[in-house]
Amino acid sequence: MSEETLAAPAPVTGWQKFKQSHLYYSFVSSKVAMVSFAVFAVYVVLAILAPLIAPYNPYDLAMLDIMDSEIPPVWQPDGEDRFFLGTDAQGRDMLSTILYGTRISLMIGICAVILQAFIGIVVGLCAGYFGGKIDNLLMRIADIQLSFSTLMVAIVVLAVFQAAFGAERYSELALPMLILVIGIAEWPQYARTVRATVLAEKHKEYVDAARVMGFRPMRIMVRHILPNSLSPILVISTVQVANAIISEASLSFLGLGMPVSEPSLGSLISSGFDYIFSGSWWITTIPAIVLVLLVLVMNLLGDWLRDVLNPKLNKG
Amino acid sequence: MTESNTPLLQIRDLYKKFSISGDFLDQIKFEDGKLTRKQEFVHAINGVTIDVQRGEALCVVGESGCGKSTVARTVMGLLKPTDGSVSYDGERIDNLSARQLLPWRRRMQMIFQNPHASLNPRMRIHQTLEEPVAFHNPSYSTAQCKEKVQEVMDSVGIASSWGERYPHEFSGGQRQRISIARALVVDPEFIVADEPISALDVSIQAQVLNLMMDAQEQRNLTYLFITHDLSVVEHFGTRVAVMYLGTVCELAKTSTLFSSPRHPYTKALLSAIPSLRSDAPKPIKLQGEVQTPVNLPTGCVFHGRCPHANDRCSDEIPLLKMQTDGTQVACHAVDEGRL
Amino acid sequence: MALLEVKNLEVQFALRNGALTALRDVSFSLERGDRLGIVGESGAGKSVAAFAILNLISKPGSISNGEVLFEGQDLSKISAEALRDIRGNKISMIFQDPMMTLNPVLTIGDQMVECLQAHRNISSSDARAIALQKLQQVQIPSPDKRLDAYPHELSGGMRQRVIIAIALLLDPAIIIADEPTTALDVTIQAEIMELLISLCEFNNVGLILITHDLGVVSQVTQRTIVMYAGRIIEQGPTREIINDAQHPYTQGLINALPQQTIPGQRLNQIRGSMPSLDAIPNGCAFNPRCDYTLDACFTQLPSYVRSGGCSVACHMVAQQQADLNHD
Repeated sequence: MSEETLAAPAPVTGWQKFKQSHLYYSFVSSKVAMVSFAVFAVYVVLAILAPLIAPYNPYDLAMLDIMDSEIPPVWQPDGEDRFFLGTDAQGRDMLSTILYGTRISLMIGICAVILQAFIGIVVGLCAGYFGGKIDNLLMRIADIQLSFSTLMVAIVVLAVFQAAFGAERYSELALPMLILVIGIAEWPQYARTVRATVLAEKHKEYVDAARVMGFRPMRIMVRHILPNSLSPILVISTVQVANAIISEASLSFLGLGMPVSEPSLGSLISSGFDYIFSGSWWITTIPAIVLVLLVLVMNLLGDWLRDVLNPKLNKG
Repeated sequence: MTESNTPLLQIRDLYKKFSISGDFLDQIKFEDGKLTRKQEFVHAINGVTIDVQRGEALCVVGESGCGKSTVARTVMGLLKPTDGSVSYDGERIDNLSARQLLPWRRRMQMIFQNPHASLNPRMRIHQTLEEPVAFHNPSYSTAQCKEKVQEVMDSVGIASSWGERYPHEFSGGQRQRISIARALVVDPEFIVADEPISALDVSIQAQVLNLMMDAQEQRNLTYLFITHDLSVVEHFGTRVAVMYLGTVCELAKTSTLFSSPRHPYTKALLSAIPSLRSDAPKPIKLQGEVQTPVNLPTGCVFHGRCPHANDRCSDEIPLLKMQTDGTQVACHAVDEGRL
Repeated sequence: MALLEVKNLEVQFALRNGALTALRDVSFSLERGDRLGIVGESGAGKSVAAFAILNLISKPGSISNGEVLFEGQDLSKISAEALRDIRGNKISMIFQDPMMTLNPVLTIGDQMVECLQAHRNISSSDARAIALQKLQQVQIPSPDKRLDAYPHELSGGMRQRVIIAIALLLDPAIIIADEPTTALDVTIQAEIMELLISLCEFNNVGLILITHDLGVVSQVTQRTIVMYAGRIIEQGPTREIINDAQHPYTQGLINALPQQTIPGQRLNQIRGSMPSLDAIPNGCAFNPRCDYTLDACFTQLPSYVRSGGCSVACHMVAQQQADLNHD
């Protein structure tokens, strides 16, 4: 019955539709984005496959031989083929430790951001949609939390925790504790961003239409407004993962993060720091380069994503 | 429920004001040595009384700032009135909670102005149309929902292939069709249309208006049609209410309003429509500027611009009075026989 | 030599999978004091035509063919500096939304003085005097106070008058007005229309009025161009087009107006909608929606024929003319 005809028929599969999208086109036209994504993908794959591809298990204390300590990387004059990137002060293979360390750093980064995002989205949705007193209360809490620096809060909490539970219990719970602390410290970022988007979307007529249809606030917030608020959430997520990894690295560097027996990149950098001037530079430097490169590619991806998803920039 | 000559919608003495002074702390000012609280309001609706009869198409016209959209939103429960009442089929609905209002939600629906914002960009068309059906008919199976949606899509001229697409793939006119389908899918009896064709091209406006007229005939609908376009009103409306700064100036049958307008504002408005004829009379010039609804004039809201205002007009607010031909006019000059 | 002569103007937009033609073979002329209307629905290319006259089309669009001759000079080919001398000075433009056109952080007086001093070497006080005079010309009450006001302190109608005053500041030869009254209330629209007519007559300024509103065109302009999918399909004296349109699209447009149908009856709608630029049908772009198609309409682009005082691009009209000539 319709006399209207639309232009070309829609592409058949989801993949074809994606290939025609603006996102894909911007991706393949940006060398920076492609390279950053490739590097990040390599990191993720290596991290997941760490137990399979690491030459040694760095947590197996039985395998450590103190005579193997402080061997330089293979390209140095004293290097050995057994240890490609050399060993640290306890004789652990650097390559394996870095692989496992990256795994831990990425896991903490991603899980902490999932936690932050969850809390932040819930708070931001409620504050933005309900407005009034609820909005005031939630945003004041967010403001108060923002006035405390993440690192400061984390240091206090973790130090207290370490003192209360003792070093051994602490090493068992370090991973979840770090995720919890970093997750809870940074939710206001998400809350503010989500709240701003919700405030903008709330005035659009499709929200009015949903209200006129009789839908309850929860349904409108989750089914209607949230899907339209995803772009800014995606953009800050990439940068937040990078920030979380750095926060964890800083905490570990200060001795409050992952224990030396289960090192993340940060604790590796920390434990090797004393040796940097005594000649064993690789214990600190190589994990530092790995960390910096990871954070760099995540930030570059985040920048690219922000430009792509910005509707005003797309009109060029 | 009630007798068939009860108006379907009764708006009685409706007032709505919006505070523009920010929250409590912004309002406190230090003046003349003491703390005072200053509040400024936008007086969007100032004492509107309108009845909408079953089966009619009542048009509300006026220029920007007259409060017509606010009236539409207050009737639909998107805003709570500051004073006055809204009753549907004899029962008051403006003081109900969202939960209590639910049964009325399938009888009263709304069509919005902006076709680019009135559909959820992230939902496919079939989702947008099926959600209300499933919500208001929990006993329906999925198949029954789809069947209902298909039936409405057919009656509105939407191909079933549209269901899988997203709103951004459609033009303004097509999106407006989809919005109309969404309103019709719950089988309403009353539709508030807030400037539904203003954002569309002329040839598409004709299509959508025809569609709304078809729907009215097929489904026995009653419309409250908000617009600023008087030529549409002349074509579509049974009765017309002309609003200025939140008050109703004139309420009359369409043909009567266009052939013999009574209120000075209505006359000026009608004369300002750009006509296709080469011998059209010159528009009536109104003195002064359009006032804002923030500081309402005293007395008749129109007296500052009216060529026939006298002292009474600046002191006393005129009430809507019924004339011999059934028209209601709020004007002292008409009342006194000067016009 | 006409004041403004547009010849076979073509504008293309380069996209990732080819080029889109937004304007095709557009030709018209304008003299001082003429009032020309460009009518069409959204997507027809009327704003593109206006921007193209002043060579304001930005990437990825460009003028790919044709000439825009102003006082003999081709605006599409001259240097940026020469263009700057003409824009705002000899040809000025008024846009649709006055709030977007005026800088919200500068007073009206500042903006007007800035505009004057950009093109003329005069002192601020002289510039202010000219600004005051122009504000008086557009009938703004208490113009000296308005000079020190900010845009948000004025109503919509006032702002549009200020915009018109700014357009007149340098005594241009032509004003291009892109939907100047669409965002205004109908009573204000009537005042602004009257103002435009009187100013153009008084100052002998040519006016190109772009709008979708046939009523406005009927009241303001002497000649009209009707555009569809990037092409001019009918051109001629406004009265002739309104009273006796030749092209089926123009007829459909006029018949679709509610004023043309008895209240309560269904309106005469044109089925379908204007094609998007990437999906223009072969032959005449209007053929899917036309009730009078001939075979040629699906294969050949119609050329312009004279019918009365109008120039029409329609095979059916051409056929009718041919039949008439045979008799």
